Amino acid sequence: MQFDLVSPERSLASMDATAVQIPGADGDMTIMADHAPTITTLRPGVLKVEAGGNTHEFVVTGGFAEIGTMGVSVLAEQAVARADMTQEQLDAMMDDAQDTYNRAKEAGMVDDAAKLMADMVAMGGEIGLSTKQPSL
Amino acid sequence: MPNLKDLKNRIASVKSTRKITKAMQMVAAAKLRRAQEAAEMSRPYTERFTAVMAGLASAAAGSDSAPKLLSGTGSDNVHLLVVMTSERGLCGGFNTNIAKLARAKATELKGAGKTVKILTVGKKGRDQLKRDFGDLFVGHVDMSEVKRLSYADAQGVAKDVLGRFDAGEFDVATIFFAQFQNVVTQIPTAQQIIPFAIPEDYESGETLYDYEPDEEAILADLLPRGVATAIFSGLLENGASEQGARMSAMDNATRNAGEMIDQLTIEYNRSRQAVITNELIEIISGAEAL
Repeated sequence: MQFDLVSPERSLASMDATAVQIPGADGDMTIMADHAPTITTLRPGVLKVEAGGNTHEFVVTGGFAEIGTMGVSVLAEQAVARADMTQEQLDAMMDDAQDTYNRAKEAGMVDDAAKLMADMVAMGGEIGLSTKQPSL
Repeated sequence: MPNLKDLKNRIASVKSTRKITKAMQMVAAAKLRRAQEAAEMSRPYTERFTAVMAGLASAAAGSDSAPKLLSGTGSDNVHLLVVMTSERGLCGGFNTNIAKLARAKATELKGAGKTVKILTVGKKGRDQLKRDFGDLFVGHVDMSEVKRLSYADAQGVAKDVLGRFDAGEFDVATIFFAQFQNVVTQIPTAQQIIPFAIPEDYESGETLYDYEPDEEAILADLLPRGVATAIFSGLLENGASEQGARMSAMDNATRNAGEMIDQLTIEYNRSRQAVITNELIEIISGAEAL
């Protein structure tokens, strides 16, 4: 099954994968060959790709995954290989989420933004980096 | 007739100008390659994104609950023109062509009784439009600090535009940039980004997708990102176009300087010969007079 991970700036990965675990907006889902065609949005989280006995992990935020008959393409606004993820990058992402939250608060629609921040904190925990305390 | 000293200085000055334009051309060529690579790298994302968006949008278009970014505000009285140009000059007609297209559009809209607002990205376009439309400017994004264009820069512009849209400042937004064709041709282009326009050549595929969460939620999530994506690809095209235009402008300038040097050299040699001939005549006639 063909797997592609692309960000607006470049293509990060293109490989033949056996299984892909996607952090979907409604929960994680694992895609294997012949999955039903699906489009799902992403929540901040860790994307795991199993290919040739190895597991590749990427940190992704924002965007969506398209599961077609040919394979999976993940279009993420930000995507970084997990090993390359630094505290500064996470802090920048967190600041961004906080910014979104603050603006949503003014408009009175905090639910989505609060979830975004919670996802961000959970992602930080999973990859072993600490996030700033969100101010809600 | 200019004297020899003047001519010599003139030749030296044109020669140093040629050196500068030659260097600029080579720098532009190197930057062009990088800009083109960046534009190519972003293409898979943009294409996929637009395809999925078009699919969702054509399904949702016409429904009452469609998001405003897709269906519009219901009127088209206030237009926002986002004019994207470069921060630096000396790149031929690049900035002028974009400004010209924007100017034509603004005049046309004003003639039709619409309100026009202009947001400029890049200093050069702002300078060119200031005289005619200075009172329509609502904002400016400074890109002079940006060394290497990143998606975050486009997101910044998109946030600005979306903020204004949410505040009800305009109904329709159009971006202006130059599409890179090759080094000699860059096509000034206007592209409507709000409300989202389904590409004319879009054909829905055979595949029927499941959506998670539902289609509307995905659409609402993707539409604002679509604005950023369109701006990003416009800026990348602009980056390549700018360097391409600069390269060919500087190539012309270098050639012109070369021609000028040739001409001046001929003139210089002629006058030098004339001076020598004169001196000889003086000596010979002096000798004959004895």
